[in-house]
Amino acid sequence: MSSVAGLTRATLAKDLRLEWRSKDAINSMLFFSLLVVVIFSFSFDPTAEESRRIAGGLVWVAFLFAAVVALNQTWAREMRNQVLDAYRVSPAPPNALFLAKVIGNFIFVTVLQALMTPLFVVFYNLRALGPAYQLPIVAALGTWALVVNGTFFAAMSLRTRSREIMLPLLLFPISIPALLAMVEATGAILTGEFSARFWIVLLAAYDVVFTIASLFLFGLVLQAE
Amino acid sequence: MSAAVIVTDLVKQFGRFAALRGVSAEFAAGRLYAILGDNGAGKTTLLRALAGLTPLTRGSISMLGTTDLRSVCGQLGYMAHPSLLYDEMSGMENLRYFARLYEISDRGQNNEDRCADVIRAVKLDSSLTRPVGQYSQGMRQRMSLARALLNDPKILLLDEPFSNVDIRSAGEMVTLLTGLRDAGKTIFVVTHQAALLEGAADEFIWMEAGQIVSRTSDLAAMTETK
Repeated sequence: MSSVAGLTRATLAKDLRLEWRSKDAINSMLFFSLLVVVIFSFSFDPTAEESRRIAGGLVWVAFLFAAVVALNQTWAREMRNQVLDAYRVSPAPPNALFLAKVIGNFIFVTVLQALMTPLFVVFYNLRALGPAYQLPIVAALGTWALVVNGTFFAAMSLRTRSREIMLPLLLFPISIPALLAMVEATGAILTGEFSARFWIVLLAAYDVVFTIASLFLFGLVLQAE
Repeated sequence: MSAAVIVTDLVKQFGRFAALRGVSAEFAAGRLYAILGDNGAGKTTLLRALAGLTPLTRGSISMLGTTDLRSVCGQLGYMAHPSLLYDEMSGMENLRYFARLYEISDRGQNNEDRCADVIRAVKLDSSLTRPVGQYSQGMRQRMSLARALLNDPKILLLDEPFSNVDIRSAGEMVTLLTGLRDAGKTIFVVTHQAALLEGAADEFIWMEAGQIVSRTSDLAAMTETK
């Protein structure tokens, strides 16, 4: 167990260092999200009440699409010079690599959310009428749901010819329950019209199930040719 | 001499193409094998199969007395044609990361010392701070060899280690490999530059169409018939 934790830390540190030097993922995600915010704000001019109703969907769709950019980058880096083979021939456990990638992507998407949320608030004149303390919980659970599935399916589509297309094709359908829970929970908190509790519990259950399933299956994905 | 590696009836199909067609052979411990053959003969596929990177269609591999390759991967060093290094990190940073994967420090040796040792062994400078992406091809090749040596493996699998390396550096690499062989390592070298290993390799293995067609210690005799 300590070996998995230590190797996860080492791989995460390596990934953060590589991203700090190249800024490939964070720049692409930021640019993409910024475009979504600006284009939608010019496309229609909703009142604050309407904004609160649609913001949940808008915010999460923007983050979902932006996350796909990071998820593709995360494995593309391992394919350059076939570095992934160096990991595959080593005695290091596959789960350490998977966990490091998931945590790394979680950090990248969280940084993106921290930078983009103030812009969403300003452009869409948002204010939570429900319990605002639940928003960070929904954000954390929702982001984890996106990155845990995304990291797994990005690894699965790694050796396919058109992996940029394959990832959304695999990821989006399986993320529908999580996306629904994120949108409904966010909408509930912003409008204050109903409780978000059910959706938060659903999101937490989704995270647990998919994290365990991904950890269980990742070894097979890594060793596949 | 005991066999370090035994391969039995190895078959590897890529769709309808058979890269390996029933390869069976025994390889003794502490010897240096040069694997030769034309492009597409199955040399790299054989090496990847030995490294456990290519699932076989049929056949089995026994390495260091076990068929569970995962259990002996810590005693294997693998150098591929690509560098298997992160271009954005320096050589030392790369090696530090891979040393963690092999948990070198748990074997009683300091990570930093071991990384510096292997960098010195391949005649590079451990104080180089520029990223590997800015290295010359030859330097990258030597750093790649350093990565393969990091865990002090009992079996070394090297795919084209001399490509893009100047004659002097290639000679130094051969000297290093013979030293490792003399220290008891079993070494497999896939190469198109067989002449570099003349007098160093214990055996030359010629592959053709996914099969081993001849094995000899006399390179001149082999080249005469090919």
